Amino acid sequence: MTKPAEFYQRDREWHPPALDRNYKTSVARSPQYPLISLENTASEITGPVFGHNDFAPTDNDLLTNYAQPGQAPVGERIIVHGRVLDENARPVPNTLVEIWQANASGKYRHKKDAYLGSMDPNFGGCGRTMTDSDGYYYFRTVKPGAYPWRNWVNNWRPAHIHISVFGTGFAQRLITQLYFEGDPLIDQCPIVKTIPDPDAVQQLIAALDMNASIPLDTLAYKFDIVLRGRRSKLFENRLEGN
Amino acid sequence: MKQKLNYLKETPSQTAGPFVHIGLAPGAAGFDIYDQELGTDIAGPNACGERIRVEGLVIDGIGSPVKDVMLEAWQANATGSYAHPEHPGDVEDGFRGWGRVITNFETGEWGFDTIKPGPVMGRYGQMMAPHINLWIVARGINVGLNTRLYFSDEEEANSADPVINLIEWERRRKTLIAQRVERDGATVYRFDICLQGDNETVFFDI
Repeated sequence: MTKPAEFYQRDREWHPPALDRNYKTSVARSPQYPLISLENTASEITGPVFGHNDFAPTDNDLLTNYAQPGQAPVGERIIVHGRVLDENARPVPNTLVEIWQANASGKYRHKKDAYLGSMDPNFGGCGRTMTDSDGYYYFRTVKPGAYPWRNWVNNWRPAHIHISVFGTGFAQRLITQLYFEGDPLIDQCPIVKTIPDPDAVQQLIAALDMNASIPLDTLAYKFDIVLRGRRSKLFENRLEGN
Repeated sequence: MKQKLNYLKETPSQTAGPFVHIGLAPGAAGFDIYDQELGTDIAGPNACGERIRVEGLVIDGIGSPVKDVMLEAWQANATGSYAHPEHPGDVEDGFRGWGRVITNFETGEWGFDTIKPGPVMGRYGQMMAPHINLWIVARGINVGLNTRLYFSDEEEANSADPVINLIEWERRRKTLIAQRVERDGATVYRFDICLQGDNETVFFDI
């Protein structure tokens, strides 16, 4: 049996920095001292395990999971699908993927959302699923609308779906946002632009996937998620001290 | 010009935004959708060890409580085992070791009930003092922040903890120590997290 091995170092120049003055909320919420880098221990290599009993099989269908019987949310019907892989391109099976999003008007079902976009009585806006043995996941939903937010006075978020992924170790824990191919707001968004490398931004843009679309029914977007990879343990470095 | 190694790049992080509750704690967002929300019970009913409550605030660089934060906790059981197939030792039935908590929208207070974890073996045969791993996301936080909560009544173990001792600024080590208080017969640990400033909590790149 292979022993636990640590994850590859996170590339902090690929991820956004904590502080970006154009994303104003980050100014008072970013640590000013450097992070202390740790070699992984069991605390970082392990992470929560979920099972099919933790949620309903229909939790990944946002078209039906909040709709009144016989009704459906308003908006562009889409499938969002892809694989969860690690940096070694190995699939990450049986891992929890959770999403949340605004409705087609750009309005969130949240008591703190004051936007005048209209609420959809048949749309909740959250879903969850587990990847299968190949690391594959899918959701059905409506394409979210863009919405304004108080940063600069006329900032608008591009259409996006928030995604949360666990992986197998707490060190892989990740929350990110999926954007949609061709959206002209992507290039203007201060939150997108916290990411310094344009190639990294490209990795957050889901591609229109006609092959996975259902004719006369639903369009599809493909979005693969990459989590940190792990070393192959070729040489013992006394992780467990024995 | 770098030669290609053909590794994939990790998907870049983005902030969880102000409405993280919709996806991860919809009840708090104001609507019921799931039969069962995840992360509400860390230890389960059968866990051995001391039952404790952990409470605190997340405070921004201005000194104001952050009211839209979500924290996740990851911990071992009382005998120092994680509920994970790669960690030796068993955990009690129903012990997940993971929890998710959000702040009160008005006050910013958060809290969770669990058991006090046991010490866990670290690297190079060095035992780590009991601790709870925390992960913090919110609007304005671009990459989730990792920290560790240690316990004020574990002074001896804390002073030998290899992670605490990695922090060369000794004055910063205390930012990781939750303070034990007794309240109505219950054990409560207070753990305020400062995102920025003089008392800034130590955050880790794990």
